[in-house]
Formats: sequence, structure tokens, C-alpha cells
Amino acid sequence: MSLKSTQLPTPTPSKSRTLRPTSLLNGRISLPKRPAGTVYRGREGMWSWVLHRITGVGIFFFLLVHILDTALVRVSPEAYNAVINTYKNPIMGLGELALVAAIGFHGLNGLRIILIDFWSVGTRNHRLMFWIVIALWIVLMLGFAPRHLMHVFGAQ
Amino acid sequence: MAVTLNEPRTKDSPVVRRGAGKNWEKWGWVYMRASGLVLVVMIFGHLYVNLYAGDGVSALDFAFVAGKWASPFWQWYDLVLLWLSLIHGANGMRTLINDYSISPIGTGLKKLLSPHFIMKSALLGATVVLLILGTLVIFTFDPCPVSSNPELLPSFCPAAS
Repeated sequence: MSLKSTQLPTPTPSKSRTLRPTSLLNGRISLPKRPAGTVYRGREGMWSWVLHRITGVGIFFFLLVHILDTALVRVSPEAYNAVINTYKNPIMGLGELALVAAIGFHGLNGLRIILIDFWSVGTRNHRLMFWIVIALWIVLMLGFAPRHLMHVFGAQ
Repeated sequence: MAVTLNEPRTKDSPVVRRGAGKNWEKWGWVYMRASGLVLVVMIFGHLYVNLYAGDGVSALDFAFVAGKWASPFWQWYDLVLLWLSLIHGANGMRTLINDYSISPIGTGLKKLLSPHFIMKSALLGATVVLLILGTLVIFTFDPCPVSSNPELLPSFCPAAS
């Protein structure tokens, strides 16, 4: 007898909280708990795209402010130093760390995108390349973060 | 009524391609990759000199910037950085506006007042203004402005104390 979805038996409540009702349907049918995954969705391909967008937007709005505050050198040394000195506190220092982290990921993942587009086996290896990007990004941040935090939190 | 059929594989009337000629989206795509490659190298250098070398971010002040822009090398370095990065960023934001905002259906005032059009206009306006502003600042910059506090000037200025 084939089991139609409308005839599914009501799952017996399980004492175990690790098993969800949807995975207990007669032990035969497992309904997806969320939209079915694909080779793309919820995996390296999607998350690299999401991170690339978010970091890109963040960097863009920083760039707008960065051009404007740097333009203050044309106003006067006093005006430029006054604004730059408001950046010299721990909160902005951590913001600079986040900025470098965003730029580091965006740049490394950008190189990965170029390899996917132009390297004959780039598409096949895009997931491996994502993890290489993450590894290189960690190395980059390990090199930058301690020194930068010393500049931010250290004695002047 | 008899219908005359063409011979097999007879060419239809010439295909009229929409917007034949320049493929702007393709050149935008090429620009993102070409500029991105250059930006990875140049921004690494920018961050190294400004945030890593010496006393890092705590050393940034007018004298630091003036010391860099007294040299044509850094003037041109920052000019190239400005144009490549801002156009790269603006083109990326254009992609996001296209992705997340419905382009207007109407014309005239209805188009002008649509969020899509307003955001694109603001983006273009901000980009053009900042490109012009940044370029002017880099090349009209005076590292030793008179009537400034001499303590804030770089050491090579005659008035510097």
C-alpha cells in the first residue's frame, strides 16, 4: 500500500527533543524543515555572495565619509585635526578593525570571483576557494588586529 | 489560397538587435574585475602605510597627510585610488538598486519621483561631486598654509616649529 501524504499517520509525540516530528513520519518520509537546499542555497556560494554585498555596501558608505573628512585638509590643519581626533577613541578603533576586516574579505573574495570567471576550473573549485579566502582572511586579520589594537589602546 | 513557403534555411529578414553597438553592462562587468584587481593591491598599500607602518592610526593628522601629498607619487596614488574605488563602489551600489528596487513603469513626473530614480540620481550626484571634490583637494592642496598654527604643520614647512 502506498502512503499518500494526506494519509500520513499523526506522529506520536517523542520524548526525545532532538528528533522533530517531521522526521518521524512513519520512518519513511522526511519533510523538509525549511526550504529545500540546493547546491547553492545555504552553502558557500550563497554566503560568499551575501558577505560580498554586505561588506561592499559598508565599504561604500565609509568611502563617502572618508573622502569628505580627508577633504578637510583643504580647509585648514585645525579643521582636519579636529575631526580626526574625534576618531581617536576605542569605538572608532574597533570600527577601523571592522573596516579592514570587511575590505580584506571583499578583496580576497573578489579575487575568487575573478578566478571563477576566468579560470577554466574556477567554477568547479569555487567552494574550496571560498575556504581558502577565509583562511587567508584569518591570516591577514591575525597580522593586523594585534598591532592595530596596540595603536588604539596603547599609550600615545 | 496558396501559400508560398520559403526554401529550408532561407535567412529571415535581418535580425534587429536591441541596443546594438556598445554593451555597457558588459563593460561595467569588465570594469569591476579590472579595477578590483588594481584596488586589491593599491588599498593594501594604502592601509599598510596609513594604519600599519609606524604608529599606525594614532599618527594620523594634518602633518601626516601633508607629508604624503607633498610628493607627486602619493598625490597620483591617491587620485587613482579615489577614481577607481569610488566608481567601483558606485557601480556596485547601482547593481544593488537594480536588484532591490523596482524600476519605474511610468514616464515623466511619475518616473522622476520613483524611489528607483531618486536613488540612482542621488548615487550619480554623490559620485560626481565627490570625484570632483577629491580631485580638486589633491591638486590644490597646500601642505604649508600660511596663518595656520605652526605646530600643526609638517616639519619641512618654513613656518613649522
